[in-house]
Amino acid sequence: MNRLRRTLLGALVAWLAKPLAAAAAWNENAFGAKTPQDALKGIGAANPAPSKDIAIDAPQIAENGAVVPIEITSNIPGTTSIAVVLEKNPFPLAAKFDFKEGALPYVKLNVKMAETADVRVVAAAGGRQYSATREVKVTIGGCGG
Amino acid sequence: MAGPMKIRATLAGGNTEVRVLMTHPMTTAQSGQPLHFIQNVSVKLNGKALIEAEVSQAVSRNPVFSFRLKGGAKGDTIEVAWLDNKGESNKIETAVA
Repeated sequence: MNRLRRTLLGALVAWLAKPLAAAAAWNENAFGAKTPQDALKGIGAANPAPSKDIAIDAPQIAENGAVVPIEITSNIPGTTSIAVVLEKNPFPLAAKFDFKEGALPYVKLNVKMAETADVRVVAAAGGRQYSATREVKVTIGGCGG
Repeated sequence: MAGPMKIRATLAGGNTEVRVLMTHPMTTAQSGQPLHFIQNVSVKLNGKALIEAEVSQAVSRNPVFSFRLKGGAKGDTIEVAWLDNKGESNKIETAVA
């Protein structure tokens, strides 16, 4: 009886906890992609237009691939999202930021890079996709961390 | 166990600059350790979500992010929260200085 009650209670707790965990979306398809092309497809940006209005500030040479600082500003009017794709990482999509009215399309973050590669930034604005790249030379890869 | 966070929100050039630090191992599939990384980050201004991010294991250990919000005033409440792939979460709140 006690065990039955515990099992039922456990099931109830699991059922109650589920919607909480599911409330935040995570694009498993895009983050699980193993090529930059598939990652771009996964976020609905298969063929982004090249843009000079995306500023990417990153070191030319990163001695430690475990911590590569990247600062991104989109100067494209109406930018609603910024995605970061590390083209030679085992899983290239590193992050995607969605900006609501009141937030500026800017972000600074630290990422791990496996090897020297292009950092591709994709910005969405008005339902269109734009991208820019910047190469970072990596001396010691940082994906073992 | 969710580690401590640090946050700072300051007015700069008419906008609010938010800098946040999260304590998290951010282990990759390549590390030989169990995959454990933050997946979601949100930034709220006075209770309203302005930035929602999805991130991967490629974000460095103990993630640090900077964000910018339009305008803002001293005393406005900024909240940053994260959720990881094991369902652990944490959040921190501060007033714009």
